[in-house]
Amino acid sequence: MKKEWKVQNEDGSYTVRTCGWSPPGDHPVGCGMFLHVKNGRLEKVEGDPEHPITNGRLCVRCLTLPEYVHHPSRITSPMKREFKDRGKDKWTKISWEEAWDIIVPKVKQLKADHGAESIIVFGGTGREACLYYYPLGFASLGTPNVCYPLSGWSCYGPRCAITDYILGAGYPEIDNAGYYPDRYDNPAYTLPKYIMAWGKNPLMSNPDGFFGHSYIDMMKRGTELICIDPRITWLGSRAKYVCQLRPGTDTALALGFLNVIINEDLYDHDFVDNWTYGFDELKERVQEYPPEKVAEITWVPKEKIIEVARQFATSKPSTIQWGLAVDENPNGVQLGHCILTLAAITGNLDVPGGITLGPPAALLGKWRVETRRNLSDELWDKRIGAKEWPALSTALATTHPDETLDTLETDKPYKLRMGWFNSSNFITPTCSVAPQRWHKALQKLEFCVVQDCFMTPTAMAFGDIFLPLPTFAEHDGVVITHFGRNSVFLGAINEALRVGDTKSDIEVCIELGKKLHPDMWPFDDVPDFFTKQIQPELGISFDDLRELGVYQPAYTYRKFETGGLRSDGEPGFNTVTGMVELTSTLFEAWGDDALPYFKEPPYSPISTPELFSQYPLVLTTGARKFTSFHSEHRHVATLREIDPGPIVEMHPDTAKNLGIIEGDSVMLENPFGKCKMKAKVTPTIHPKVVHATHGWWFPEKEAEEPSLYGVWEANINTLVPHKHIGKLGFGAPLKQMICKAYRVDSDYTFSL
Amino acid sequence: MSKRNGLLIDYQYCTGCHSCEVSCKNEHKIPRGQWGIKMTEVGPFQITADKWEWNYVAVPTQLCDLCADRVAEGKVPSCVLHCLGGCMEYGTVDELAKKMQEKGKKVALFAP
Repeated sequence: MKKEWKVQNEDGSYTVRTCGWSPPGDHPVGCGMFLHVKNGRLEKVEGDPEHPITNGRLCVRCLTLPEYVHHPSRITSPMKREFKDRGKDKWTKISWEEAWDIIVPKVKQLKADHGAESIIVFGGTGREACLYYYPLGFASLGTPNVCYPLSGWSCYGPRCAITDYILGAGYPEIDNAGYYPDRYDNPAYTLPKYIMAWGKNPLMSNPDGFFGHSYIDMMKRGTELICIDPRITWLGSRAKYVCQLRPGTDTALALGFLNVIINEDLYDHDFVDNWTYGFDELKERVQEYPPEKVAEITWVPKEKIIEVARQFATSKPSTIQWGLAVDENPNGVQLGHCILTLAAITGNLDVPGGITLGPPAALLGKWRVETRRNLSDELWDKRIGAKEWPALSTALATTHPDETLDTLETDKPYKLRMGWFNSSNFITPTCSVAPQRWHKALQKLEFCVVQDCFMTPTAMAFGDIFLPLPTFAEHDGVVITHFGRNSVFLGAINEALRVGDTKSDIEVCIELGKKLHPDMWPFDDVPDFFTKQIQPELGISFDDLRELGVYQPAYTYRKFETGGLRSDGEPGFNTVTGMVELTSTLFEAWGDDALPYFKEPPYSPISTPELFSQYPLVLTTGARKFTSFHSEHRHVATLREIDPGPIVEMHPDTAKNLGIIEGDSVMLENPFGKCKMKAKVTPTIHPKVVHATHGWWFPEKEAEEPSLYGVWEANINTLVPHKHIGKLGFGAPLKQMICKAYRVDSDYTFSL
Repeated sequence: MSKRNGLLIDYQYCTGCHSCEVSCKNEHKIPRGQWGIKMTEVGPFQITADKWEWNYVAVPTQLCDLCADRVAEGKVPSCVLHCLGGCMEYGTVDELAKKMQEKGKKVALFAP
């Protein structure tokens, strides 16, 4: 890539090269693009063909960025609202100075009177803020309570924790040759024969920094797919195998695969003998899961289970991409354990074309957690839910989300008084379950600050101060894949313009931090901050990164042989035993089974047959769309033209039996809640299963309480109960509930 | 005879991302309800127990001029650049027809 990242054009406009992140919401995928600015307006966004990963490709969310940046309802100045007017659209514009003059004394007073633990920061998912809401809490505000509010931490966190305990590594990701400038042509690279996509359809959301269309790149070169999914997706229509399983039975399927691979002696003996712990116990455990039993549990035919297991085990290298189905499952720790075991015993860990392994944390991902050194041990011990849920609190630096709702409701072990909502719109059906309970509980907070680009249901409901964020086109930053847990590349985010008086996440952290905990923020400005983060490890400054555009660090395979995975430099894995723990010493220490096992979802045709007779459909939720990132992009007209509103997918036979036709308004209901969607009748879903979209609210509807932009109308997460999580504290049943569906006469229209 | 240009669309790999539609609208300032290229969907329907027909195919309209101004600057059409699946190619009809021969069943050549 050229060194010049900002060029002046003849017509008075200028062009800035950048890598995308957020806002608007996205994963740290860092798509390369040019931003064309003229007369203070972002005129056009164009893909950068020289970007080694994206090659100029851009999704519709990036292509509509100008519409987002200049949207008339963007908030471009700090605002305040009186406590008595909460829930009302009665905001007053203020300056940043006034905002700080309100916030800083309040924070100091709360710390003096009630302790820093009475303040809590709520984060969201995927946004750049994921790097900054931890340091905002720990080092700017000085609280131990940083909360990702989704029950069971059901997004990415479980997979990271499982990886910590079983492999002692950072995030395991498909080797898509991302580390190489010459990509798939690099001689060190081998194309995987199979990608097993497990509960993952990465094309839409580029999850956690993986460029989803790498699948297409690899398929064109000969990689075949195995899709494990309750739905036939478009990828499934191109796959060699689809295991269309009953939602929530994934662990049984994985144990069935392991049964076949182990019993037929198809595993990699060299890797198992030298690098794993507890194989004999695993071998004994999988005897409980013969293919015929697994077929009955999962609805996947026995012959297919056997064939897929054989094909995967004997086709090296092959790779697995695990997804949200692991996290959103009370049995998900066991599923994750199985998937890592599958990768390990087939010899596909840390080999070309298999699964790459990053360090447990690096660069910005490491710094964000290290900022907790600002807190005394005494204060750190007050982190909500840390003692009750050691498996979660050991791997993740946050509170336990379900304990946090309990604390808000009961004021035990202490009362929370201030909330800071950093890029988190979680009473929409995104990162909370039972959002109606959160809605009630959060009203108890005395003082709330919200950071976002637009007014949202969450900001309208709780915000006392609104601090506006700039988009990625409007601030400097560094995008790092997998938040530093597997840094396939780093990209420079370059500010092209600034609309209004906004401050980015890192700008707020530094500015607030200097007021409250200045010793934690020895940075002159944002570029200085980034230079100090990346120079020690990479030897480049932020300005160097701007000129490079993209930095791809070198990758070493088979680090388990060379000592690259352990801090002591010894061969092996950074686990208790130094091996891949097929039998987990830590799970056992924390009171769970050391070995994986299948457990039925809390609500299912098997575990709750009486309830299922009243609510006779299995409900799965949350498949991604190109047109939105969770609850974002709802006000972008071009994107709403493509996807106007929330839909529930149901099989033609099911729809016919219920008297529902395409486009009908349908109520989905279970004992916990109900919501309304439009029917999409499709044969790609099993007759006993329905799939509902998530993240919906309607900026065109009434803003104030109780409507909150219509947030309760399509709020699918009201159907998911609080604290129905796995034994170790992970995994809400968001993809495996039960419900009934019925047609409603309703003028349910979506229009923007 | 002057060479006629076209778009080769390998819809085996069209993932339905709508990037062609939106980038085209952006490039040519096409209003809501109109398209220079429109993604269509065929299926999904089942062929056999394990085989499905499901295709997205982008079809240019009269508003498509193959991004003549962009091409004159040495760039590819906006839809081709931004296509997430990388399933679109620009070139002369002759060149594209040759490439078409080497591809599978799901391929379409448009010369708008």
